[in-house]
Parts: sequence; C-alpha cells; structure tokens
Amino acid sequence: MIARDRVHGIRQDEEETLSTQRYSGSSIRRLEDRRLITGRGHYVDDIAIANLAYAEIVRSPFAHARVVSIDVEEALSAPGVIAVLTAADVLPHIHASMPVIECGISDRHQTPTQYPIAEHEAVYEGEPLAVVVAENRYAAADAAALVAIDLDPLPAVVDLDAAIEPGAPTVHDGAADNIGWDVHFPPSGDIDAAFAEAAVVIKERIVQQRVCAASIECRVVLADYNDELTVWHSSQMPHFNRLYVSEALGLPESKVRFISPDVGGAFGSKMGPYAEDYLIPIASKLVGRPVKWTETRSENLATTSHGRGQVFDVEAAASAEGKLLALRVHQLADIGAYFGRTGANPVISVHLSGGCYDWPMIEARSIGVLTNKMWTGPYRGAGRPEATHLAERVMNLLAEKLDMDPVELRRRNFIREFPHKNHFGFTYDSGDYETTLDKALELANYAGLRRQQQEAREQGRYIGIGIGSYVEIAGFGPSKMTAANQDEIGLTESAVVRVHPSGSVSVFAGTHSHGQGHATAFAQIAADALGVSIDKVLVKEGDTANTPFGHGTYGSRSVPVGGMAVYTACQKVVDKGRRLAAHLLRVSVDDVEFQDGTYVARSTGVAKQIGEIAFAAYNRNLPDGMEQGLEAVAFFDPPNFTWPFGTHICVVEVDPDTGVTSILRYLAVDDCGNVINPMIVEGQIHGGVLQGVAQALLEDVVYDPESGQRAGGTFLDYLVPTINEMVPTEVYHTVTPTPSNSLGVKGVGEAGTIASSIAVINAVCDALKPFGIHHIDMPASPQRIWLALHDAPAATAAKEPVPVG
Amino acid sequence: MTSTDSLVKEVVHIEVNGVVRAETVEPRMLLVHFLRDRLGLTGTHIGCDTSQCGACTVLLDGEAVKSCTLFAVQANGRKITTVEGLAERDTLHPVQQAFHEKHGLQCGYCTPGFIMSTVSLLDKNPRPNDEEILAGLEGNICRCTGYVNIVSAVKAAADTMAAGDGRDSS
Repeated sequence: MIARDRVHGIRQDEEETLSTQRYSGSSIRRLEDRRLITGRGHYVDDIAIANLAYAEIVRSPFAHARVVSIDVEEALSAPGVIAVLTAADVLPHIHASMPVIECGISDRHQTPTQYPIAEHEAVYEGEPLAVVVAENRYAAADAAALVAIDLDPLPAVVDLDAAIEPGAPTVHDGAADNIGWDVHFPPSGDIDAAFAEAAVVIKERIVQQRVCAASIECRVVLADYNDELTVWHSSQMPHFNRLYVSEALGLPESKVRFISPDVGGAFGSKMGPYAEDYLIPIASKLVGRPVKWTETRSENLATTSHGRGQVFDVEAAASAEGKLLALRVHQLADIGAYFGRTGANPVISVHLSGGCYDWPMIEARSIGVLTNKMWTGPYRGAGRPEATHLAERVMNLLAEKLDMDPVELRRRNFIREFPHKNHFGFTYDSGDYETTLDKALELANYAGLRRQQQEAREQGRYIGIGIGSYVEIAGFGPSKMTAANQDEIGLTESAVVRVHPSGSVSVFAGTHSHGQGHATAFAQIAADALGVSIDKVLVKEGDTANTPFGHGTYGSRSVPVGGMAVYTACQKVVDKGRRLAAHLLRVSVDDVEFQDGTYVARSTGVAKQIGEIAFAAYNRNLPDGMEQGLEAVAFFDPPNFTWPFGTHICVVEVDPDTGVTSILRYLAVDDCGNVINPMIVEGQIHGGVLQGVAQALLEDVVYDPESGQRAGGTFLDYLVPTINEMVPTEVYHTVTPTPSNSLGVKGVGEAGTIASSIAVINAVCDALKPFGIHHIDMPASPQRIWLALHDAPAATAAKEPVPVG
Repeated sequence: MTSTDSLVKEVVHIEVNGVVRAETVEPRMLLVHFLRDRLGLTGTHIGCDTSQCGACTVLLDGEAVKSCTLFAVQANGRKITTVEGLAERDTLHPVQQAFHEKHGLQCGYCTPGFIMSTVSLLDKNPRPNDEEILAGLEGNICRCTGYVNIVSAVKAAADTMAAGDGRDSS
C-alpha cells in the first residue's frame, strides 16, 4: 500500500475516499501548479535562444482587396531590420496549401485554396502580406509601419443572407458563388403533414454571434531552421501541426520537431496550423537565425479563429398535450474567407439540434457561407452550445405557446432509452436526463423560485428562471465515424508508459494540456493502474520528440480518449510484468495476481512489488523470448463518442429601466460519467459556465456591414468578463458511466459552456415575458434589451406600466 | 554594430527582487519588456497590450502596477517585486500557496498577475470582504477559472496571513 503521508496535497477530509478509490476520484492538488505560481512556467514567449530575431506581420487593413504593390525598400533600410519578406519570397518554399480536415460532411461545394500569405488578393482583415524580421521587437514594429502597401479595395461580403443571393459579390474574386457547402438532411416521415396537423407551431430566427476565444496568452511561434527544424508554438496539437507544416515545407517529419510548452489557454482557438506556423519557420530559413513572432491582442482578436457565427431559422411543432412532433432547422454557418482547418465542423450544431428530446422527425439544411472575415473554428463546445441553445430555445417557445411549464414539456419528451440512435446517425451511449433535471429543480427550489418570481412581478421587478438541459458529444472520436471517408482523420489518442528500473514512471501522452490539469489527472490514472505512489509519476506532453503521435486536446477528449491510452498502456505494462513476475516467482502466469502494485503468486503467497519487477526487467536474466525493459505504447481508438449531459438553471433579474441583466443564481448539474479529479472537474465547470454567460450577455465580434472591417479590436471593446461579472456557480453532479471505455469517463472540458448561454437567455426571455417579448438574441446587452422593451408589441398590455422611453 | 545602437538611450538603476540592476535602455522600453527581455524575469506576462488584463502586474515600491503601462525609465531608482521574488527558496508565499490549494489557476498565464494584485490588496487590506476583493482584482482578467476559485484563494490567503505565521511551508 502507499504510505498516505507521501501523497501530495490531499485534503484531510478526502483521506477516507482515497482508501477505497486510491487516486482516481480524489481532488489531488495539481502537480503542475508550482512552476506556474512561482513564475517559472515556460510559455513560448518566455523562451530566448542565442541570436534570436523577432518578426512582425504586416496585415491587410481591408476585408477584401487586390494587392497592387508592396514596397519594402524603406522598411529594409530601417534600423535593426534583417529582412522584409513578401509572398514572392515565401511562396517558393511552400509545397502544399493549408489543410482542411473533413469534419461534419465530406461533400463541400467549394474549398478555397489557402496559403499562409496573400499574393494577389487579400480576403479578410488581418491577412498576412509581409513579414518583417529585425533585431528586436521594437525595431520590427517600427519597420512594419514603413512597409508601403498599395491595395485596391473590392466589395466585402459580410451578411450571410446577402452572401447567398444569386449574383452577390464573391469573397474570392472570380468564384461562382459564396457557398461552401449545402447539405440537406431529409425527414424520416411526412413532415409537412406533421406541421399541418400540429396544435402548436413556432417559428424563430436564432442567432449565434461570432465570439473570440481570447485566451490570455496570445499565439506565439519561435522557429529555428537548422539541420533540423524546431518550432515552439502555443498549440493544442503539436503532432498535427508538425505533420502538415513539415509536408508543406518539403521536410521529412522526422527532421521537424514541434514543441508546445506551457500553453496559456486556447479553448479551441490554438489548433492550427495557422499562417504563422509556416511563415516563421520560412523566415528562420531565409535569415539563417531563430525567429520569434508574438501575436498582439489586437492581432489575436482579428486573426485567431473565431467561434460560433451561425444563424438558425427554426420551426417546431407539438401536439396539444405537449408531445413533440417535428423540427425543421435551417442553418447558415459563417465560414469566413477560408475554411480554417476543420471543414464543415458547424454541422455538429445540426446533428445535435434535437437536444435531449425524442423528436419523431427532424428535417435540416445546413449551408456554409463564405464571407470576407476571419474564419470560424472550434470554440469551447464547438457546435454543442449552438445546438443546445437552439433546442432549449425551441422547448421554451413551444411551452409558452402551449401555456405549459417548460419543465413539464421537457419531462414529456426526454429520450429515456439507451443506447439511443438520433436522426443523424449518432448513438447516445448512456444517460438519465430527467434525473439531472429533477436534481437541479430540487436544489434550486424551482417551485419557490416561481413564487418568488410572481411576488417580484407584483412589485414591478422582473425575475426570470432559465433552464438548459443538454446532451453533448465528447470524446472525439471513433475512427469508424470520424474517418468513415477517405479524406477524413481518425481521432485516436496515444501514450507511452515507461517504468524505469527504479520503479518510477514516465507517461508521455499525445494530448496537450492547456489548463486542464493532465499532469495530475493522467498521473492519477497511471498511479492507480500501476499501483505506485503518484509522486513517482511524471506526465510529459507537447513535444513531438518524445511523445507518440496524438491528435491533441480538444473536443473534451483528453481523459476519455487520451486517459484511456494511458490506462491501456499501463495494462500492457502490467501484463508484461505479470509474465516476468511468474518467471521470478517460479509459478505459471495464470497463478499471478496483480493488485495495488504487487504481483502475488496465489499458490505460494510469495509477492514482488512492481518496482522489483521493473529493476529485473532491465537488469536480470529474462525468460526466453522476453525483451528487456518495462514500457508500452498504446493507441486508443474509442468505440463511440461519449455523451455527457446535464441541466443548468439560471435566475436573473432584468431592470426594465436600463436593460441591465443581473444573475441572481446559477446552478449546474452535470454528468460526465466517472470523475478522476473532482476539483479539476469543478474548475472546468466554473470556467465554462462563465464563458457561456459571457456569450449570452457580453461578447460580440462586430464587423462593419459595409466594409467588413471590425468595429473595435482590443479588450477595451471586446468584453471578456472580469471578476465583477463572476457567476458563483453551484456545481453538482450525477454519475452515469459510459459503457464505451473501461474508466467510465465521458469528458468535461466543454460541458460548462454548453448549457450556460441558453440557461441565461431562457431566463432573460422569461423575465421579459410580461412585456410580450418571446425571444432575444445574444449578447443580451442592456442596449438590446432596452430596445426590445421599447419596441415590444405587447408592451402596453403588460401587467405593469412599461417604464421605457 | 546593429543600427539600433544609434538610438537615444538612458541608464536606469532599478532594484528588482532585492538586487539593483543597472541597464541601458531606450526611453520607450516598457517596464514589462525590461523585466522579461532584459532581465529574463519571464514570470511577468503580457496578455493584452492595452492595460486591461493585468497579466503584467508587478509591485512598484509595494504597489501593484501594470508593467505594460510604465516605461522602464519611470522605475528608475525604485523597487520592483515580480512573482519570482515572492517565494523564499522552497517556501511559497501564502498567496501562492492559496492559489494552489484552492485551484485558483488553470492555464496559469494570468496567475502571476493575480498573485501580485492579491499581495498588494492584502497588504493594504488584510481582511477584505467580497466587494473589496472584486474591487481589488477587477484589473486582472482570467479566461479559465471563472474567478470563483480565485476569490476562494484570496480569502484563504487572508486567513493564513492573519493567522500570523505569514509563510506556510510546503
């Protein structure tokens, strides 16, 4: 057994838990914290190597323009400048365009070819036009201002509805249209009849505005092109980026090393590869020195992939008894000027548009629309917040029309049998949606809240109660689905587990933590599986030189897929150890039992610790046919996605005089299956909830409808929530393990974000119901609410005098 | 010679974490770049360039300041404490210990700024109430934690420091 006092950071009150569950299930304090709280972390911009030069990118100020000329002479003669590179210098070194991975659907209508630098035409504000390399950051910035760019502006395609009109100007000069994909998912029955016969039908346009991930660390790239190429970059997926950048640069993958050290947040925005992941290595090659580029916040808000950006026209039908009959979803997804790396990823929103409910039929059409804007990509939740927002808005609109409590409508329509195959071919693994709803209602005292709401209304105060029940897709993903077509990619995950001769353990994983605490959670999994003390385990990620190929960290996949790779590699190690133990104990392999780090011969009772076996594996005479060493590599390909679920309840008060929304209470009941580290899971929910709340109330990337240039571009106008907007979320769980993996884990990185925007918006709409307002889009800013109150058709019919205008 | 040598430069003497550092700098050099690029004190981070996020917070004569909003020459003759100057060898400052205990950090990038702002807050107000904690930290942005555990960490640090021993060994 492990000496308890050697376990670092376990709270006294958790000792009891540990004795039965060991490490998994305990709130072990994070093993990676110390360097981060003492200022000794290594983020890419912290790295300084000899003879380092600095790069600044010159970017297009226009959304759409023809490049007439770029004059670099004055910049080249500025103090400290080493080189100024344009497309003419860079493109000869690039042998492949930037990749677009199939996600969602395979039959794209058109895929604009993207290179990391614009040559003749710039198609979004911020597209790179030149790279200035200088002795220091200041000299590079000074010289960048001296690059003389002559651009001829072209019409900018901004609005989605206008972009798909016949004859609309095109995002790319000479293109036939702006359609990226157009896919129809037919209904399983006569949907027109279902709508015609329904007692109630609702119709609404629901807008998911563009938002920025806005990790506090911006992107950074440092490249040293020598006999081999080494690239340090702030990324969620170094292996994936090495694969594509090495191919484009014409280098063997073996001679390219991508390192992603400590990463200061990402939320889906640091997947890549990005333009700079090519430009900075090429700059290093051309100037013969290591070169670093550090993104400014203004660049980050402009040219790091945006999230969401989807418009839904939805129709839904229900019977008088509140039985759902049919759902019709029409999606316009704002692609931006290029696909980014993740293809038709927004189609996930459609795949999950039915939410937790048993719709008899769903018809959907998804159109991807190219625009002269930065491309959209995955942002925390990536399709599931959009789907949940849609599904849960629909439920409330139907409930309102039926004059039924929204809780009751949910109850009457939950999916209750698992596995459940949805209308788009996905199979929900396990769930108990009503239990999370019931738990949330009970903890929130729903009946009491409704009474409180009524009393408040009588006093002229407007309280709203919002419910968001969700099922999401996580644990991306099974190759049999993600790589069903030839051009898609199987999303396996990998780990090497090495037991050293002394019995300590190294874990090398293909995922990459950027705040999720893998160094702790994976150590918990490995320490339990091998029966060693957690302080003997060190987890390493992020360096292609010592970790096996992995697809990285996104899609709430690191524990259900990566953790399973760690677990599986540990099982392989244990199995080899068992064969060696049998040899050393002079018994048959079947006679050896392994538990808590000890191999015991059942017949003789003689035992050996795994540490002794490890020493023997490297240093003793082994049985015939057995190789030295005690390590294993595992690649885990999950049999299915995982399907976490839950219910969030938000209580708001809206001030009708100012339009200001205050969150009075926020309660989350999430089910992510088994939990490895409750403290980390709670932290993920806290952060995720605030990101969803921020989309609901604050954040918005605003492009000028004419010019396609963004209004604003710093944290002064892009409203990331501060501590004053903190939501003290009450975090609860139910536990429904997935049958899809041995750990029973479903993943939790995105869950908090998925139900939170809709819990807030349903609450805001509920608060505004007396004014005859049925729907409000995001962000529900004071201005938007005030204007809605001002224009509300039923305003004068409200119970209370309407204090607007 | 690099051509930047021709620019005007000034000599500054700044005491950083207890050691006086004499350096020649351009007058426009930001204090945060002086700390990071010149002294190699990379625990102080840059997150926004426009003084909203507070990742660059350090103590100037004991007061929390955003080092991206000061020039190095403005710190001439003054004392700077960065996150590297808080722990005494293996013994964490109680604020650092509290951020660890309460899971007040995830990616860790904003954390040094939060820790320095908290040190400054508790120095001026050892027992802040919730409102005072929010007011004290409203100049720092965290994108990961939702702030809930940061507030818990500030309270825990206040408790530890009020208990008297000031520093907790770990």
